[in-house]
Order: sequence, then C-alpha cells, then structure tokens
Amino acid sequence: MLSIARYLGQGVVYGLIAVLLGFFADTPAYRHFDDDKAQLTLSLAHSGKHVGECRRLTAAEIAALPPNMRKPLDCPRGRLPVLVEVELDGQLIVSESVPPSGLFGDGPSQIYKNFVIPSGSYTLIVRLRESARDEGFDYQREAQVMISPRQRFVIEFRAEAGGFIFATSAEPAESQAGTPSRG
Amino acid sequence: MRATPEQALRAPTQNKTHGNVARRTGAGGGPVAFVQARLRWGFEIVEALLDRIFGPAWNPLYQLGALGFFYYWVVAVSGIYVYIIFDTGTTEAYDSVQYMTVDQWYLGGVMRSLHRYASDGMILMMVVHMLREFALDRYRGARWFTWVTGTPILWLVFVAGITGYWMVWDQLAQYIAIASTEWLDWLGIFGEAIARNFLTPNSLDDRFFTLLTFIHIVAPLLLLLVLWIHLQRVSKPRINPKRGLAAGTFLMLVALSFVKPAVSHPPADLTIVPGVLKLDWFYLSAYPVMDQFSNGAVWAFAGVLTFMLFALPWLPPVRRPAAAVVDLSNCNGCERCANDCPFNAIVMRPRSDALPFEQEATVDASLCVGCGICAGSCPTSTPFRRASELIPGIDLPDRSLRAVRDEVDAAAANLSGESRVMIFGCDHAVPASRLASSSVGAVSLPCVAALPPPFIDYVLSRDLADGVVITGCREGECFNRYGVEWTKARLAGERDPYLRKRVPRERILTCWAAGADRAALEKGIEAFRARLSTLPKPDTSPVRHAMADGDGPNA
Repeated sequence: MLSIARYLGQGVVYGLIAVLLGFFADTPAYRHFDDDKAQLTLSLAHSGKHVGECRRLTAAEIAALPPNMRKPLDCPRGRLPVLVEVELDGQLIVSESVPPSGLFGDGPSQIYKNFVIPSGSYTLIVRLRESARDEGFDYQREAQVMISPRQRFVIEFRAEAGGFIFATSAEPAESQAGTPSRG
Repeated sequence: MRATPEQALRAPTQNKTHGNVARRTGAGGGPVAFVQARLRWGFEIVEALLDRIFGPAWNPLYQLGALGFFYYWVVAVSGIYVYIIFDTGTTEAYDSVQYMTVDQWYLGGVMRSLHRYASDGMILMMVVHMLREFALDRYRGARWFTWVTGTPILWLVFVAGITGYWMVWDQLAQYIAIASTEWLDWLGIFGEAIARNFLTPNSLDDRFFTLLTFIHIVAPLLLLLVLWIHLQRVSKPRINPKRGLAAGTFLMLVALSFVKPAVSHPPADLTIVPGVLKLDWFYLSAYPVMDQFSNGAVWAFAGVLTFMLFALPWLPPVRRPAAAVVDLSNCNGCERCANDCPFNAIVMRPRSDALPFEQEATVDASLCVGCGICAGSCPTSTPFRRASELIPGIDLPDRSLRAVRDEVDAAAANLSGESRVMIFGCDHAVPASRLASSSVGAVSLPCVAALPPPFIDYVLSRDLADGVVITGCREGECFNRYGVEWTKARLAGERDPYLRKRVPRERILTCWAAGADRAALEKGIEAFRARLSTLPKPDTSPVRHAMADGDGPNA
C-alpha cells in the first residue's frame, strides 16, 4: 500500500516537472514587435577613398617589384571615413561619419542600425560621401516608399550595383520609386 | 518544528566544539551566508518531501548531476535521429523539420520533442545543481575546480541549445539569428558584421546551415570533454541516475512529447519582423533582455555574471581547513584512506622510509577538503591506546582524533542520569551541540565518517554512556559525498574498518538528518533513550576493559 502511494507521489512529481518543462518551453508568448510598426535597417560596409592621391608607377618601377606584388598604382594604405545620411520625411535620422575599420584604418567603414518606425508612406533620402570633398555626396538616392506593418525595410549599399539598394522582398527592390544616383 | 533559516544560520556559529564551522555558511556571516542559509533551508524542506516520495536512493535532488548527464544522452540519441532527417538549406531545413514533426509525428516528431524537452531538462538540472551546491557551500576550498569547470558548461549548453533553435529556420530562428549576430557584432572582432548575412533572403546561403550544424554538433562534444574535466577531482562520480529514476524521468519526457509535441513557428521571412514569439524560456530568456538593453550592456552583464561565477569560490575569502597529514610511523600502507577519500586527495606511493611495508599514503593538500574520512578509515585510529600516544596513520591537524577522544572523555564526565547518550554528529547536518543536555553528550566532526568505529566501542565498553547516536547528513546526500555510505557500511561490517561484533547494536542509533530535521532527530533520540532504559545493564567489568584496551589496529 505504501509503495502504491509512493509511486502515485512520484507520478505527481514527474507530472509537475513535465508541466514545468512543457509550459516554459513556449509560454508565455513574447511580443517582440508591435503589429503597427515596421523596422528600417541601415547596413553597409564600404571603403572610402584613399587618404591621399594614388601615384601611377612607371614601367621600370613595376618591373622592380616582385611579380606577385606588381600593380600600376601606388596608393596610401589608409581610407577616408564615409559620411552616411538618412532622411525620412525630411527628418535626418542618421548623419554619421563612419571611420574605416582595421588597425591601420584600411578596412571598410561599417554601419548597422535598426530603427522602429510606424508603418506608412515615407519620403526616404539616403546619401553617402566617400571622398575628400567638403560638400555634397558621392551617392544619393531618393524614393517614395510604402512600408507595411512589421515590414523589414533594408537599406544596403553596393557600389558595384550603382549605390544604395532598398531591399524589401526576396529580390532587391529595384522597382521602388526613385533611382540611385551618383553625386 | 523545523529550523528557520535564521536558526540554520546561527547554528554553526554557536557550535564552538570544532574548527571547521566557517565552511558551512561561507565566511561565517555576510550576504552570501544569508542567501545560502535561506536556500539551504528551502532545499532541505523539498528534499525531505522527495525523500518520502522517492526514498533517498531515488531522490532527484540528490542526483541532479547524474540526471543532467542522463538528459544529455537523451538529447544525443534523439539528436542523431533528428540529424538523419534534417536537411541543410534555407528552405530545406524548415521543410525537413516540418516533415518529421507533421508527417512522421509518431517517431520523428517524438524524437524532436524529446530532443527539446531533454535539453530543457538539462538546463533545469544544471541550474538547480549549481544553486544547491552554492547553498550547501560546496564550491570553496579544494572544490573550486569542480565549480569553476562547471561555469563553461553553462555557456556550452546555451550555445548548443541556441544553435539548435536556429537550425529550424522558422521565425523564432530568424529572431534568434539576427539578435545573436547583432550581439556578437558588438564585439567588433568580425571583419564584416555577421548580421549582414540576414539582411535579405538572398544574402543567406545554404552553406550557412552546414556551418550551423557543425557548431551544433561540436558544442555538445566539447561539452562532454568539459564534463569529463569537471569530474576529474571527484572520486567515484555518479554520472548515471538510479535506474528507476532514469526510467521515470524518461517516461515523463516521452509522455510530454506525445501530449505537447514541439512545433515550429511559420517559416523564416527576412522581409518581415517576427511579432509574437513562443520562446523557450529555458534557453532564450536572455533575448527579451537584449531587446530592452543595448548589446554592450548585455555583454557587460554576461561578462560580470561569468566572472562572478568563476570568482565565487574565493569570494568572500574563507579560511580553508588544513589538509590531512600522514604520520608514516603509524601508516602501514593499507590503502583504506585512499579508497575512502571522496576527492581523490590520497594516493599510494612506494615506501619512503625503512618500515617493512610496500606503500605509504600521501595527501595532495590542494585536493583535500579536510573531511577527515581518511582518519575515520585508518586502522590505527583507535581511542583505546593509552600506553602510546593516539596518533593515527593519517589525521586532521585541525581536528585530531586525540582531541576528539579528549572531548568524548570530557563530555562523558559531565553526563548524569539514566540512559546517558553520546552523540557523534557532523558539522554539516544537525549541529550536535544543540542536542546536548545533562544526559546527552555531543561531539561534532567534519564528517560522520571521520569517526573511527572503535570510538563507539570505546564509549560503550568504557561505560562512558549507555548508548551512542551517530548522526550525519541525510541518507543519499552527504556533504562529503560518501560519509553516510561509508559509515553505514562500516557499522554493518561491510567495509573496513568494521565495528567490532561485540559492540551491542541495540545501544547504537543511526539517524541521518539535515538541519531542518532537528525536531525529528530530537524525538528519535528521546525514543532511543526510553528504549535504552529497558535494556539490561551491560558488562563493564575490569576484565572487559582489559580486553578492549590495546594499541593495535581495530579491524
């Protein structure tokens, strides 16, 4: 009789542990993001221009170099910081001079930022300066964008693709209003 | 009436009969001791309940580490099956998991659920195990190594678990992937931010899942290695729970897998932000915190927490009991101390003196916790010696057996009345001094197994008391791991040194009780004394004394 009671007790304890494991394995639900909000993500990794002028090497200078190191231009190692600006409905939400990465300042400038915004229609302007110019930008893109609830609107930058890319679906959103432009 | 946390906290400091009390509650006061006392009190209440339901042998709280191991193997075996069906790829991963969950629910789904729930169980066992070792103050001194090597286990279990959730590539995985990589990117050690891999569906590569699978397999293997290191300083570690407990817990996991199978969220979609998520709070509790605070703050918190866990054995500073010392002139190299030491602190080496024995015991002071079990096992630890000084082959400098004998003699001299009782207690169970009265003498030792059985014979044959009470930690749960087990075996004549057959067993009471069981222990002692009063007076004639006296080993 005692053993039956003990086995029943053990069943209750196992049941309680099972409830504990089963409950906290997925409960309570966590609201990570509000349904009426959207997320704007700015992410780029881009190298600014070299900090100084490049010099074209003479044929003799190139020949003097080891074969695996021959290249026509001799450039300073360091890179300029990249100035990035994002304007949303006329409000400047990012204006940041991003320094080059790396111990010697020769890596790409990197920026990664998330913004939670109400869903809706926006005039989006993004600008990037990679050179030593004092005014204006080397790349700029302006578009009227419709950002849906819980949408993840990504602003990327790829110089080889012409500049800024607004990625809103599986394919980069080249269909968005506005076109990339070089300054 | 149970002892309150305050009483449990005060008890050791009131016990002035021995030198190791500081170990029980940390530094003997302060916030750490305060928290420990409360936790310990809580554990003792629950353990007592589980003792009644499961019995000491099956009590899950006494086998948390072994249960953690058991869950590990359940995770490993179920994981192998899941891995056979799992397909690496941005769409294939989710589809393959859905196949096993929906189409093959009776096997694949159960295996997946077992994989999840056993992983959750592992976290539960691990956290309770850590809390309990902290509460019982079993992380200081020579035990620092086991505690410190346990800390990376936490990290590895989380890495293994989180990458597992990631592999499903549903919206929960997407949330974890982005949050984790953004958190890692804060360190600035990656050439390019790894969170950029999750910007758009196109930026994610199938090979990424191969890498993830690799991490998910390597982390548990590394975990196994660290677990092996974790147990290096533990003698005869219990890595398997009792079969009945293992069977019960496995059936529980299987039942849970059928009743509430693990399911996925909708497939990952990097163009949207997941809204409501069903988090596994055992593994993913940190993520909502990461949402609320900056990545730098979360790193700082994780760093400080890890550092604190590493540093805990040395915070606050605590006096470490002196290690056992071998007296070669009394050591015959019998190996009993080495066999009984629960912490591998004693090894046998070739004899270094001229005595005609092959081996001698040597103590590694860095491993010795000062429990005195070795002194209790030594055949030369006999209190009957009067012709020569009582110096056993191995002894504790802080708590020599000679001092214990003197204490027994002094306590016995003060006893009066009918049914006099001598209690031999343990510093880590009910404080013996609190049980003392005019008819009850009390001597406390660092561990109950530090008591050589001849001391019981000594008390009864010399008529120092009418009965002897041996009390230590609860059965199945000894502060020094094997103290209770070895004592029971010695008294039963199953382990050297045996208690002599001539010792009247009806005059011995063994009672395994934690601090919270004090009232029950007191009741038991009273009943024992009542029983003693009904027994005929033992023969304590001078002839018998002469038989008992001697200088040789009492084996």
